Amino acid sequence: MLRIPCPHCGERDYTEFRYGGDAGRTRPAHGSQSVRAWHDHVFLFANPKGAHREYWQHVHGCRQWLVLERDTATGSVGRASLARPPGVP
Amino acid sequence: MKLLSRYSAFGLARRALTGARWQRAWRAASPRGSYDVVVVGGGGHGLATAYYLAARHGIRSVAVLERGYLGSGNVGRNTTIVRSNYLLPGNTEFFEHSLKLWEGLSHELNFNVMLSQRGQLVLAHNPVQLDVLARKGNTMRLNGIDAELMQRADVERFLPFLDYSRECRFPIYGGLLQRRAGTARHDAVAWGYARAADRLGVDIIENCEVTGFLRAGERITGVETTRGRIGAGRTAVSVAGHSSHVMSLLGMRLPVESHLLQAFVTEPIKPFLDCVISFGAELFYVSQSDKGGMVFGGHIDGFNSYTQRGQFPKVQTVAECAVALIPSMSRLRLLRHWAGIQDMTPDGSPLIGRTPFRDLYLNGGWCYQGFKATPAAGWCLAHTIATEQEHPLIRHLALDRFERGNGSDEYGLGLRTWVQ
Repeated sequence: MLRIPCPHCGERDYTEFRYGGDAGRTRPAHGSQSVRAWHDHVFLFANPKGAHREYWQHVHGCRQWLVLERDTATGSVGRASLARPPGVP
Repeated sequence: MKLLSRYSAFGLARRALTGARWQRAWRAASPRGSYDVVVVGGGGHGLATAYYLAARHGIRSVAVLERGYLGSGNVGRNTTIVRSNYLLPGNTEFFEHSLKLWEGLSHELNFNVMLSQRGQLVLAHNPVQLDVLARKGNTMRLNGIDAELMQRADVERFLPFLDYSRECRFPIYGGLLQRRAGTARHDAVAWGYARAADRLGVDIIENCEVTGFLRAGERITGVETTRGRIGAGRTAVSVAGHSSHVMSLLGMRLPVESHLLQAFVTEPIKPFLDCVISFGAELFYVSQSDKGGMVFGGHIDGFNSYTQRGQFPKVQTVAECAVALIPSMSRLRLLRHWAGIQDMTPDGSPLIGRTPFRDLYLNGGWCYQGFKATPAAGWCLAHTIATEQEHPLIRHLALDRFERGNGSDEYGLGLRTWVQ
């Protein structure tokens, strides 16, 4: 079972979370007219075999979005931190 | 190079009586310096591509490079269902072409792929679902494909052991039956294509991992492998769950995420279920193998992973589906389960055809439907490589379709199932 160390709630089963995908992608600027940039953002995935930083939302817990470090080749889990640190709007 | 003899009833009897040894099914080839076509990936699709290149297009200088051993990937890990009940234009024709190839495959390959056209029944659990199935069935029939719409009473006669009780969580309203659908022996498909391709002179090179591509500008001229450099007139990448990994060697990102898809087999029981059933209330499909085990599967686990290790909650979900549909399965014990690396695309349809690089072709992103597509994917990719003209059946599956807004979403079964 994939277990995610939530900074608020402690280590929990992944079934309490909703997966949010690759956290390494940056959204094109608001109002960006580049179809290519939007296409790449929405449809292309790095999908690495190895280290991966990814979003999870703790929907059945603190409801916060987290960034988890996970290795997609071995399944081992690293640190989880808040996607939006306290104090940042 | 001595080519292998054909299998025949006479040969079987002779070996039974004399005890003569069987030959290897294919040569253990070592890589040559270059080939007309190099196919990366010795799964069902890669082997089928190599076979049709040699058999239909006369291109016999072909190598298939397999990182592990043949059949070690998804072709040896699936739930073996073949069918052609698709609704969208393009998909209907493609999968019907595939099913027609399946029907002649054992003879064509001189290898028994144990195709069993036992029928597949897709169930509807509300009136709207039944309407959708009627529309799909009409589409199929207009395309000359067999389809029978069944009402609840028909289903009850056909499969009396499903849950028809008043307390049933998902009542059965009817279903759509395709009698020509069924199952095939998955390993035999890889072995059969490998053997038939080998007889035509294709080199099948196992334990040979591709570590890089040889480039001349935007043209791909071969591959670097763990067994040396191999030149190629044209290169085809057909590596299923590792599509992103291999294409990242060229710095290319794909509309693909690799997910875990699990399959399950119970202990063997006496003949009980003589068709394939697809549950309509969840993604769940079940058949009974020739050995007697109930073979079934469900959704992907839901996050990208290359581990080939499934998560327990999915075991629970599919077991719940099984019992909701067939209550008498509740006391069966699971014998084994395993996970494959599933190449998921945003629209649930594959990517097959040209790439932005010259002389490089890609076949991947098959989501849940790779096995049944094996013959047609190989057929169409071989055509595209040999003629440099995209086969008409795969035009709607081009790699750049998302840029053009032409996604082909048959089911809403892409890589983010919960947002569709």
